[in-house]
Order: sequence, then C-alpha cells, then structure tokens
Amino acid sequence: MKRVITGNQAVAYGVILSRVDVVSAYPITPQTTIVEELSELIASGRLKTRFLKVESEHSAMAALIGASTGGVRCFTATSSHGLAYMHEMLHWASGARLPIVMVNVNRAIGPPWNIWSDQSDSLSQRDTGWIQLYCENNQEVLDTILQAYLIAEKVKLPVMVVLDAFVLSHTSEPVEVPSMEEVDSFLPPFCPDYPIDTQEPRAYSVITMPEHFMEFRYKIQKAMEEVPDVSKKVDDEFRSRFGRGYGAIERYGKEEAEVLLMTSGTVTSTSRTVIRKLNEDGLSVAGLKIKRFRPFPSEEIYGAIKGAKKLAVIDRNLSAGVGGIFAQELRASLYPREERPQVFGFVSGLGGRDITPELIGQAIQYTVEHPQPEEEILWLGLKR
Amino acid sequence: MNKIKVPITENLGHGHLACAGCGAAISMRLTLKALGEKTIMVFPASCWSIVPGFWPYSSYRITAVHAGFVTGAATASGVRAALDVRGDDETLVAVWAGDGGTFDIGLQALSGAAERNENLLYICNDNEGYMNTGTQRSSATPLLAWTTTTPVMQPKENPKKDIMAIMADHHIPYAATATIAYPEDLIRKLEKAKGIRGTRFIHLFSPCPPGWKMASEQSVKISRLAVRSRIFPLYEIENGRDYTIQEEQRVVPVREYLKLQGRFSHLTEKDIEITQANVDDTWERLLRRARC
Ligand SMILES: Cc1ncc(C[n+]2csc(CCOP(=O)(O)OP(=O)(O)O)c2C)c(N)n1
Ligand code: SF4
Ligand SMILES: [Mg+2]
Repeated sequence: MKRVITGNQAVAYGVILSRVDVVSAYPITPQTTIVEELSELIASGRLKTRFLKVESEHSAMAALIGASTGGVRCFTATSSHGLAYMHEMLHWASGARLPIVMVNVNRAIGPPWNIWSDQSDSLSQRDTGWIQLYCENNQEVLDTILQAYLIAEKVKLPVMVVLDAFVLSHTSEPVEVPSMEEVDSFLPPFCPDYPIDTQEPRAYSVITMPEHFMEFRYKIQKAMEEVPDVSKKVDDEFRSRFGRGYGAIERYGKEEAEVLLMTSGTVTSTSRTVIRKLNEDGLSVAGLKIKRFRPFPSEEIYGAIKGAKKLAVIDRNLSAGVGGIFAQELRASLYPREERPQVFGFVSGLGGRDITPELIGQAIQYTVEHPQPEEEILWLGLKR
Repeated sequence: MNKIKVPITENLGHGHLACAGCGAAISMRLTLKALGEKTIMVFPASCWSIVPGFWPYSSYRITAVHAGFVTGAATASGVRAALDVRGDDETLVAVWAGDGGTFDIGLQALSGAAERNENLLYICNDNEGYMNTGTQRSSATPLLAWTTTTPVMQPKENPKKDIMAIMADHHIPYAATATIAYPEDLIRKLEKAKGIRGTRFIHLFSPCPPGWKMASEQSVKISRLAVRSRIFPLYEIENGRDYTIQEEQRVVPVREYLKLQGRFSHLTEKDIEITQANVDDTWERLLRRARC
C-alpha cells in the first residue's frame, strides 16, 4: 500500500514489518518521533513488542545486547549525542556478534548545539564493527531496515541504518509499504546459533587472553568480508520480490564520464538533478551514490569508476585534521589500484546547512576546471 | 535465627581464580547454591569478570552473561525482556555487580531498572573498593579507609554512600543486606527474593583480604564483626517501607572490627572515635527509617 509518510514513520513501519521482539530507546531530536510512533503502536496493541524505556542511550544499547543474547530480534534508534554516548556498547554489540539493527538519524554533535543533518555522528563510529547503510529517501529507509535484519542475522554483525535529519526524518514522501505476509516470506524469524538455555549453561563474552583474542577479531573481519556478497544476495532477492533494490553503490548519469561525483544520503537526490541537467548541456559527468559505508565498497567503487579521471566527493562530515571521511576512505581504497583518479574532497553542509544544486554545480565545475585539487579539503559554501 | 538447609549442589566450579580467603568467593558459592541452575547471571566488570577464568573455560555452572561495567541492570533488563518474549517466566535473571558497578558507575542504569521495577534480582557484591583494578576508592569505601587513591596521608574523606536507602526510595518490593558470616540468613534472603517479582536488591558484604590488608583466614570473622559492630547491620526492606532488622545482640565497638584490617592501621584514637560516631549515627538513621 502506498502511504505518504516521514522518514521516521518509515522506520516505524520497518520495525513493525520486521516483527521486532524488543525495542529499547531513549529520545533525542530528530529521532524522537520514531520512539513516539513505536510507543503508540505498542500501547494500542497493534505491535507485540517489548519496549524498554530506559534512562539513557548507553542503557538502550546494553539492554539490546542482553535481549539479543537472549535470542530475540532487537531494534533501537538514536542520533548524534545519543550515538556518541553508546560508543562503548557499539563495540560490545559487534564483539559479541549480535545482529542488532539500529537507525541513526544523522545529526551534528555539539558544541555548539545543533540538531540538523551532519554525518559526523555515524561516521565517527566507523571503527566499532557495525555495518553502515546510508539512505537517500524514505522508501529506501523502510526497505533497508527489512534488508538489514537479513544481513545482520546472516553475518552476525550489527547494522546501522542511517538517514538525514529532517530532510528525511521529518519530511513526508510517498512510500510503498509492503504487507506483513510479503515481508514474512522475505524475512524469516531470527534463529540464533547459541541461544540462552539454562539446561545447557554457557558463559558469554568471557575474558580472553592474547593467545585467542586476535582470532575473535579476525573472525569479525571475515564476517565483514562476507557482507558484500550476502547483502547483494539479499538485495537481489528483495528486488525480485518487491521490484526495488539499491546495491552497495549506484552509478547514474553519463555512461562514460571523466568526472564522477560521489555522494551519500539525500545529497545524492539533489546531485541527480544537477547531473541530469549538466548531461543535457553536454557535460561528461556522472554520479556515484554510496549506500554502504561499512564495509567500504572498494571493489564495487573501483568497478564503477573505470575510465574516470577525477572523483569529486561531497562529505557532510569532518574528521578535523584530515577532512571529509568518505574522501579519506576513498583515497585509501584507491591507493593500491592501478587506475587512481584524482580525488577532490569537498566538505559541505555541516550542521544542516543546505547543500544546494548551486553548490553541487560549483563542486563539479571546480573539478572539471582543475587538473588536481589545490587543497586537500575543498570547503564548499564556507563563509570565510 | 531459623536453620535453613543449604543446597548441596555446587554451581561455582573448581579452578576459579579468586584470591585466597576471598569473601566474595564464599558469597558466590552460597548465592549460586540458593539460586539454582535456572538462573542467568549478568556480570558487569568486576573481579568476577576474571575470577571464573579465561576463555574457553568458565567456573560458572550457570548461564553467565558478561557485560560492560556500567550496564549490569540494563543488560539484565534486556535478557529479561527476551525471556518474557520467549514465554519463559521461570528463569531467574540476576545481576552480580561490585560496589563500584553499583554505587558509582552503574547507579544510573540500576536506578532506571528499579524505577521501571524490572523483574530482576540485583546483587551488589560489596568489597568497599575497586578491587579488580587494584583497590581504588569507590563511594562504598568507608570513612578514613586507606585505598590506593586515598593514601594514608589523605584517607577517604567521606562516609560510605547509603545504597540501601537509595534502593528503598525506589520503592522496590525487596531489598536486604547479607554477609557470609550468616549463611543461613543469606540463603533465606536469596530464596525469599527469588520468590518475589519485580526489582529485588541484595547488598552483600564480602571481605577482600588483599584490598583490606587483612589475613586471608579472617574473612568470615571480619564479616561477623562488621555485623556486630553495626558497620554492616543485617536487615530487610519491603516495598521501601517495611523494615525488619536482624539485630545482633552481641554488639562490639568498631575498634574490634577496624584493628584486624591494615586499611585502617593508620587510624588515630580520634579517628576511631570519629568512625564510631559515624557508625552510631548511621545506625540511628536506620532505626529512624525503620520506625516511621
Ligand atoms: C567504563 C569502564 N571504566 C572502567 C573500567 C575498569 N574497571 C574494571 S572493573 C573496575 C572496578 C570494579 O570495582 P567493583 O565494581 O567494586 O568490583 P570489584 O572488582 O571490587 O569486585 C574498574 C574500574 C571498565 N571496565 N569500564
Ligand atoms: S581482590 Fe578481593 S574481591 Fe577480588 S578476588 Fe581477590 S579477594 Fe576477592
Ligand atoms: Mg568492589
């Protein structure tokens, strides 16, 4: 059924359709309406889910760690300071190999306080062992949650589904909401390998000596390496059932282009319009949407950029001292390759400043006009 | 005191790594006997993250879920929720946390769980300091005691936090103090707690020979003296309101308790008087709370 819903409502539908057993969450703008929506649904009896209304995000994630260890499907959502506050538990969730799915609504981290879109929150959790999937529109948000459970439960790693503050979280769009039956046949119930059973007592997350610890980490890396394959199968299956799919990346625009523009989240939607227009004007430029940030889709990207001479990256995030994080990861992934296009790292839209078609146009123009970037960080729309 | 049968099953296996004379090892052994196999115990960081031994072994013969230091009550709330969803009403979910994990860093999560009246048995194993990290002060460390962060030139300046009063004021159905010198009392309280729904809190006093600089064969004796000197009175609080004090008739001055422990060896006569006055005052407060 088609419904006109906000990104946060799409999240709630995703949770309902995934038959989540336990939700634990703590409110923070712009995630709050997810918590409210779920509370309503549970209170009305339409959703048979336990909702733990904990006293902090740290406890929200800890409670899910307990529940997931207990063998049930879990969900939480947060943003910004809430995500930062969870940091310790993010490592715990992946270290304990728990298939928790979490939505993070991208928001800047203060000070100064700022509630608007900025990817620095989720990206600063990049080393916590979570799969990270970024969404472009509300349909993708809903669909990605459904896919996330399948991926997480297959590779036994947690998944973070990321959407932009307000631009998606609070903006209504038409979304095709699949039926429960359709989703049930796509997403089977969660069957943990080692569920808690007091008849067969086990100790979970036991202290481990240096002689074994590294192997646990190696296994997490191996699980991450399975993700491209697993998520492709999941996406293909999803596409065959629902007629929609996303891939780890998506290339659009001119087929053979010297300049490629790499974006994530809703900036991609704006870029699509800009690039379409520029293509019509005869400019040889194409777009590259990055959906999966962790594991970083190096192979997929390399396959998609063949022939390109320059890659412009727009980062709505900043790792102070280095620059945009997508650009940084892209540079690292290209270094061992034969073809190494110039990477133009633009930083723009921090703290929710609009990344307008004009700014995107400027980024492309700069990239076209310069053989290489004049600076490692190219500030886009900065008031100097 | 009524005699209680102590179950013969041992749920703390051999080969654990507790120090010689560890009061908590006795506490754990008795606790696991009382709680039985149908128990899932959550262990936030403490000595008890290490004591059962290293992967792939564990001395626990019950299901053990190790957890982050802050998270005892929160992780356990999640485990409980999972069991509820799975329709398992019988299995007991318990937490075993240190005083640091309870009085200090885990207090927020514990308060949250208690306010929600989560169906959990929370056991605070109190050895009056951060022992796993080598005896630093916690807010459970007593007044004037030595720890590595309260050296004798500047011993602990503040009295111990009243965790029982804090828990009682969450109006949880059951809270009780217990210690190893009174094993029947300890087991009775655990069994009673087991039969109640909602958040139950046991404050378990467990002497720590290295951390308290005491002889390893004196854990039980010191545990008994703690009760007799009213350093650690035994009592129960139901619904945050109804107090039952298991009053020790053979009251001794705190000096008897203090003199066996190196962590108090720097105390002057004046310091001992101050300590006695503090203990008397805390006892009075307890009686006042119990009366109204
Ligand atoms: C967030 C965090 N901070 C600090 C530590 C280090 N740490 C581990 S156990 C511990 C002390 C535990 O004290 P307590 O809870 O009293 O238990 P005990 O070791 O005395 O049994 C500390 C400080 C940690 N594991 N996690
Ligand atoms: S340090 Fe103290 S509490 Fe910890 S194992 Fe040793 S005796 Fe027991
Ligand atoms: Mg301690």
